[in-house]
Amino acid sequence: MTESTQQEKNQTELNRGLAEMLKGGVIMDVTTPEQAKIAEAAGACAVMALERIPADIRAAGGVSRMSDPAMIRGIQDAVSIPVMAKCRIGHFVEAQILEAADIDYIDESEVLSPADDARNLGEALRRISEGASMIRTKGEPGTGDVIQAVRHLRKINAEIRRVTTLSDDELYEESKSLGVSLELLSLVRQNGRLPVVNFGAGGVATPADAALLMQLGADGVFVGSGIFKSGDPEKRARAIVAAVTNYRDPKILLEVSRDLGAAMVGINEDEISLIMEERGV
Amino acid sequence: MTIGVLALQGAFREHAAVLGRLGVPVREVRRKEDLQGIRGIVLPGGESTVQGKLLRDFGILDPLRDLISGGLPVMGTCAGLILLAREIGTGGERHLGTLPVRVLRNIYGRQLGSFVSEGRVGKLENFREVFIRAPGITEILDPETEVLAVTGDRITGVRFRNQFGFAFHPELTDNFGLHLMFLRSAGLFPESETAPNVRQAA
Repeated sequence: MTESTQQEKNQTELNRGLAEMLKGGVIMDVTTPEQAKIAEAAGACAVMALERIPADIRAAGGVSRMSDPAMIRGIQDAVSIPVMAKCRIGHFVEAQILEAADIDYIDESEVLSPADDARNLGEALRRISEGASMIRTKGEPGTGDVIQAVRHLRKINAEIRRVTTLSDDELYEESKSLGVSLELLSLVRQNGRLPVVNFGAGGVATPADAALLMQLGADGVFVGSGIFKSGDPEKRARAIVAAVTNYRDPKILLEVSRDLGAAMVGINEDEISLIMEERGV
Repeated sequence: MTIGVLALQGAFREHAAVLGRLGVPVREVRRKEDLQGIRGIVLPGGESTVQGKLLRDFGILDPLRDLISGGLPVMGTCAGLILLAREIGTGGERHLGTLPVRVLRNIYGRQLGSFVSEGRVGKLENFREVFIRAPGITEILDPETEVLAVTGDRITGVRFRNQFGFAFHPELTDNFGLHLMFLRSAGLFPESETAPNVRQAA
């Protein structure tokens, strides 16, 4: 193996490895260093630095771009946990700038104007073959309604289970119809899971929402608008972290769900005018 | 002879998988009740701030510290090493504080500073060391502490009595040698028996 391919291989291993370290954790969207500190103190395993949270991006409309590197720097300086930032899907120059800014993880995101999320197995595997070290099974961001994240997680789980039952010749057919390599699909059949970490996201507003995604097989949870659009962000953030660790323990879930103050208002799925999940498909 | 794996956050699944393949019964530790009856514990990588906070929130910190001080075999990797350290550089909050070393978090910087190396760890040659936003051991605070690994000019693995601490991630490789070293030192794996599926370092 040449030195550069060995380096590339190591890079993939290191990036997938970082994602493994985030498992069982909550990644929170933050827009200011103050919010980043609240998130870290509440137990976030990483923060996503962005100028506006999805609910506000949704309200504002227009083109939403990579955040100002100065604003990202402020957040990097405020916390010791990993900092992620978003670039538009396929905008590799925004990604290069974020890399130069020493960002821990770059998120090609559908929340910004068309971006690295998945709604089904084919999409997830294509992202992985493009180099994604972590997948987010997305719902509809900025709505406070977890229903679509649930639907997509269930779908990916069902598709993975189906792949584990396929014979060799069926697997070949499946790889053609999904447009993914046979090698990647074989890994899924062998392990019964995606080859990288898969977080749930989109519309998480309560500890129960977060635990639901975990019980459905998510490795961890992203929370965007659900925290800093609520009445008591600090308390809610702590509660969601506790719920993700103890997602199978209804007594702890009961305990942390008490007295959280107002949740974000939310939009029901049939009232959504801008469907972000369809971006970048 | 169940071994606990702290499962509050991070890469606990990988450690549990390695121990499982070595044929050791494993229990995920999420509540203080889960500590009962374990013969050793592994503290995985992840985010030490999160794990430290949850250790406190769920009342595990004090009973676990008592167990380790009382001789419970423990292996901490990356964030687990930080949880064990007696001192944390630049004024970070101490957690278990049972391992007499000073560590500095993120000593290599952010993710772009993460790297893979290969070196000797204890008696194991050419061990693949995966460093991910890793801490470094900057000072040994008790002369009884044995240095097991040095990477570049930094100490990256130590043993102090019943406690092992590594700055890298043995659970992300297919070499189970360090887990075996830990289990054997704790008398939890017979010296005579060859481990299944262990790739002997070349």
